[in-house]
Amino acid sequence: MPAVQETVERVRAIDVDQYKYGFVTDIESEKAPKGLSEDTVRYISARKNEPEWMLEWRLDAYRRWLTMEEPTWARVSYPKIDFQDYYYYSAPKAAPKSIDEIDPEILKTYEKLGIPLRERDALLGIQREGGSKVAVDAVFDSVSVATTFKEELAKAGVIFMPISEAIREHPELVKKYLGSVVPVSDNFYATLNSAVFSDGSFVYVPKGVRCPMELSTYFRINERNTGQFERTLIIADEGAYVSYLEGCTAPQRDENQLHAAVVELVAMKDAEIKYSTVQNWYPGDKDGKGGIYNFVTKRGDCRGDNSKISWTQVETGSAITWKYPSCILRGDNSQGEFYSIAISNGHQQVDSGTKMIHLGKNTSSRIISKGIAAGHSDNTYRGLVSAHRKATGARNFTNCDSLLIGDLCGAHTVPYMEAKNASAQFEHEATTSKISEDQLFYCLQRGLSQEEAVALIVNGFVRDVLQQLPMEFAVEAQKLIAVSLEGSVG
Amino acid sequence: MLEIRNLHARIGENEILKGLDLTIPDGEVHAIMGPNGSGKSTLSYVLSGKPDYEVTDGSVSFDGADLLALDADARAAAGVFLAFQYPIEIPGVANMTFLRAAMNAQRKARGEEEISTPDFLKLVRAKAPDLGISQDMLRRGVNVGFSGGEKKRNEILQMALLEPKLCILDETDSGLDIDALKVVAHGVNALRSPKRSMLVITHYQRLLDHIVPDVVHVMHKGRIVRSGGKELALELEESGYAAYAQDAA
Amino acid sequence: MTINVRPARTAAEEAIAAALEASITAEAGQGRIPEVRRAARDAFLSHGLPSRRVEEWKYTDLRAAVRDFPNCAPAPGAMEEAEAAPLVPSLPNAGRILFVNGVLSRAGSDFAALSEGVTALPLDAAIAAGDPLADRINALSPSRYDGPLALNTGFLGEGVALRVDAGVKAARPVHIAHAFPGVEAVAGFTRTVVVVGAGAEVTLVETFAGRDGVAYQSNHAVELVVGDGAIVNLVRIQEEGDAAFHFGTLMLELGREAKLNLFALAQGAALARYNVYGRFEGTGAHAGIRGATLARGRQHSDTTLVIDHAVAGGESRELFKTVLADESHGVFQGKIVVRRAAQKTDGRMMSQSLLLSDRAEMDNKPELEIFADDVQCGHGATAGALDRSMLFYLRSRGLPEKEAEMLLIQAFLGEAVEYVEDADLRDLLIERISGWLEKRAV
Repeated sequence: MPAVQETVERVRAIDVDQYKYGFVTDIESEKAPKGLSEDTVRYISARKNEPEWMLEWRLDAYRRWLTMEEPTWARVSYPKIDFQDYYYYSAPKAAPKSIDEIDPEILKTYEKLGIPLRERDALLGIQREGGSKVAVDAVFDSVSVATTFKEELAKAGVIFMPISEAIREHPELVKKYLGSVVPVSDNFYATLNSAVFSDGSFVYVPKGVRCPMELSTYFRINERNTGQFERTLIIADEGAYVSYLEGCTAPQRDENQLHAAVVELVAMKDAEIKYSTVQNWYPGDKDGKGGIYNFVTKRGDCRGDNSKISWTQVETGSAITWKYPSCILRGDNSQGEFYSIAISNGHQQVDSGTKMIHLGKNTSSRIISKGIAAGHSDNTYRGLVSAHRKATGARNFTNCDSLLIGDLCGAHTVPYMEAKNASAQFEHEATTSKISEDQLFYCLQRGLSQEEAVALIVNGFVRDVLQQLPMEFAVEAQKLIAVSLEGSVG
Repeated sequence: MLEIRNLHARIGENEILKGLDLTIPDGEVHAIMGPNGSGKSTLSYVLSGKPDYEVTDGSVSFDGADLLALDADARAAAGVFLAFQYPIEIPGVANMTFLRAAMNAQRKARGEEEISTPDFLKLVRAKAPDLGISQDMLRRGVNVGFSGGEKKRNEILQMALLEPKLCILDETDSGLDIDALKVVAHGVNALRSPKRSMLVITHYQRLLDHIVPDVVHVMHKGRIVRSGGKELALELEESGYAAYAQDAA
Repeated sequence: MTINVRPARTAAEEAIAAALEASITAEAGQGRIPEVRRAARDAFLSHGLPSRRVEEWKYTDLRAAVRDFPNCAPAPGAMEEAEAAPLVPSLPNAGRILFVNGVLSRAGSDFAALSEGVTALPLDAAIAAGDPLADRINALSPSRYDGPLALNTGFLGEGVALRVDAGVKAARPVHIAHAFPGVEAVAGFTRTVVVVGAGAEVTLVETFAGRDGVAYQSNHAVELVVGDGAIVNLVRIQEEGDAAFHFGTLMLELGREAKLNLFALAQGAALARYNVYGRFEGTGAHAGIRGATLARGRQHSDTTLVIDHAVAGGESRELFKTVLADESHGVFQGKIVVRRAAQKTDGRMMSQSLLLSDRAEMDNKPELEIFADDVQCGHGATAGALDRSMLFYLRSRGLPEKEAEMLLIQAFLGEAVEYVEDADLRDLLIERISGWLEKRAV
């Protein structure tokens, strides 16, 4: 049997139920009544002690949502979602006031998660030797349970807090920016999020400030039948810089849990935002049962001249991924980047990519996407690059490569390129291939095992993207790739 | 032939030529030497009319006419030829097609008859072998798949066919081994004539052993800072450019 | 599940529906043809003209573009035939079949003069005679609804059926010429069925031309079966009048180790769409599908390919070049599908476009849909202006701007044209392209 065939057999045999994070934390929680109605929206708003304007904003979104239809254009299929069958709010009882008050069960959960380790350490206030400081906002089901290093950040003038707090404490900033990148009626899921979002992170980096540490949010869905709708808003004012990391897990459940987040980034003149995600929601079992439905709207607005927004994502989890982190290149000379690794195994379905909308002059964008499909999964890259009439000097380079492991999966590439301007230079290339017998043989001949060889080659395949992640994150991502792809590897 | 007065030029916001004066009489070979970044290549581009460069002050008169008023192709037709430091690759345009199109365009601009195909072929066949240009190189796309030496020889072949009045050689020696350099220099020397002037831009003295100049100029920070006979090149080889860097600074 | 909420019919859709009904009522055809036509009519009645909400028509919105529907033309008379003559490129070596206004011109066609082993029959004659070729009609239609193709099938009647016997190397090309010479706008629909036997070889040339300023609708579909080991060269020259609508469809089936070498030049029509559905049915087949699109003014030109590798070992090469001047709009959509069984498929698709004006627009959508792991597939797309350093190099050698541009554009297109193996046809294409460039340069 040829080496590649052997690998294929092994991958096929992998027990994808080996999901490492599939434990449930046993804590008492408080939930909104099941289902979605204006009352649910009012309940959430009341639980958060929100001002009237915020409730109105949510209700407006809810009413719009009622008139919208679920999009069907993505290459994913799933039974119709019953939106009345979910809980839209779940919080650990007795919200903690400081880290010491956090339910030890929750802390144990973060300990058990292991990935990313720094978050747990940071949550416990430990700074590892040699490791850089990371401020963490941990979101458990619907609420933020802890935010670390708050004071230190405040000294630099950086605001980093749960968005529920920001709504109360910095209403002028929230009012100004919330919904300014992803409008309330942007799409079905974003509108739903606008109505029912429960928590998330808020970051404001003032003019000229380089955020002194990495900011991080850790999301975990714990409750059964719970939707998690977090909302993140990051603003880098003129000349500011911030790097933000996001990690996600969920316990193993055999029903589908719903996740519909919205992330808005605003980069003013000369500002830069780096947003990295390692998404490892529960992907479902080997028969495709359970797993997270992940419908996410992420968008960055390069609002000022010379601004830059960079998205990096490592997507290994979720039963369904519907996600297109995008950049609106509005400012002159602004830059957008999208680096993505999307790995699908089992019965996972991934439809992910980006949009680069060139509006300003001399804007540039770069897209590097690496899709790896194994098992019975389908993995689609979908991307749009457009240069408008007045976007003279727009530049894009796109490279999307797909790798298939086994012959029961599918890898698809659907790029759209719209050039409305002669001075735009677009270059796109895409390839689909398998792990070459020659490469594999070379590794085996040098003494690597089959699994090690595949992991090595896959890591080489995704290297360009891994390099974009902050170092410690990259190491974890690399491990995660091996785990999600092989189970028997690493 | 060529008279440059107080030439200032910039690319974008960057002023590179800052009041350059240079006169090249008929039939003379002038060399311009200077450290990297002194503006040597910019001078060659400004003289040949590259659109990215903006002349902000000064004048260039070529055989009494205002060279700066002409487009790049009109300058070529008037007799200015630039041998590029990095000749451009043009896939899909056969070298032969290109040579002939260029020749006829220049003739047409000067009000001359187009060259007939047999005459053109005869001409190319007469000149190509001396420069080691094979039939295959003539058939291929312009400079496509050519080695560094082949590209430079192709430049000299164009020069030989187009018979310009002013030849500007921009670092023609860069990337050439000694044998290739000799072939190129031989081709250039064969074109020396009392009616033809040359401006040889180089970083090293080496090329000037083979193409012996009448006058050597030293360029620094966008101006000619010293001129002398061919012995000046040898002196520079000894002492380097450091002295000029100090003087001018 | 998609809920099909169809907006009210447009005036054009109403006119088309009425014309379809009238045409089928007047003369439905023989054998299974009436059934095929009615099915197409029903499909049209439920889907209508595709709008940009239909993914495949995202960049070419027929619902918005097609405003009315002219009548189908009667059989051409001597006058029309005379007027058609200058619209037919001369191919001295080819046997010709001529359609004027979408209707077979018996006088202008030479069924007898085709090469030995090549049989051509008027489509209606093939149907009437129960020729096996007639069974092939509509056999290769895609399962997904395609508006212009549905109309082509709904109005089915005119056309030609061609057979190349197994093992025959046709000595002369077959030229299928379409001319729309009239001052009156008409709608013309033709269907060509070609079956090339095992090991046979033939060159087909399709040409399309018409009077400028007349908003005629020209709709032609070809069903081409390339038998095992057969070789087909197909050259298509679309130079419709500048107010015309042009819809071309090629449905292609490749047998084992069959080979197709297609080149499609598109430089006419106000709105043109060329749709290729290629299916690899036998192992080891090769398809070279290439073309050049040139557009100026407010022309809209769309090329859409679906290359379906159903079996192992297929090889496809797609290369399309687009040159856009003024406010023209170019569209390239190309999808390579590799099914589970199609291991060892090697598919390469490239779309390159040159924008000569800031008001021109190019939309590229190359797609890969891959279900087999042991494949080598790739696509690329570029869009941009002429390379400035090349332009300067040429100008520094004395070429005036327009001439330098023309040379670079010719070289750009030449990279695709050079795949046409027949020297006469290659020269003809270069001549047509040069003509376009010279007209533009003036």
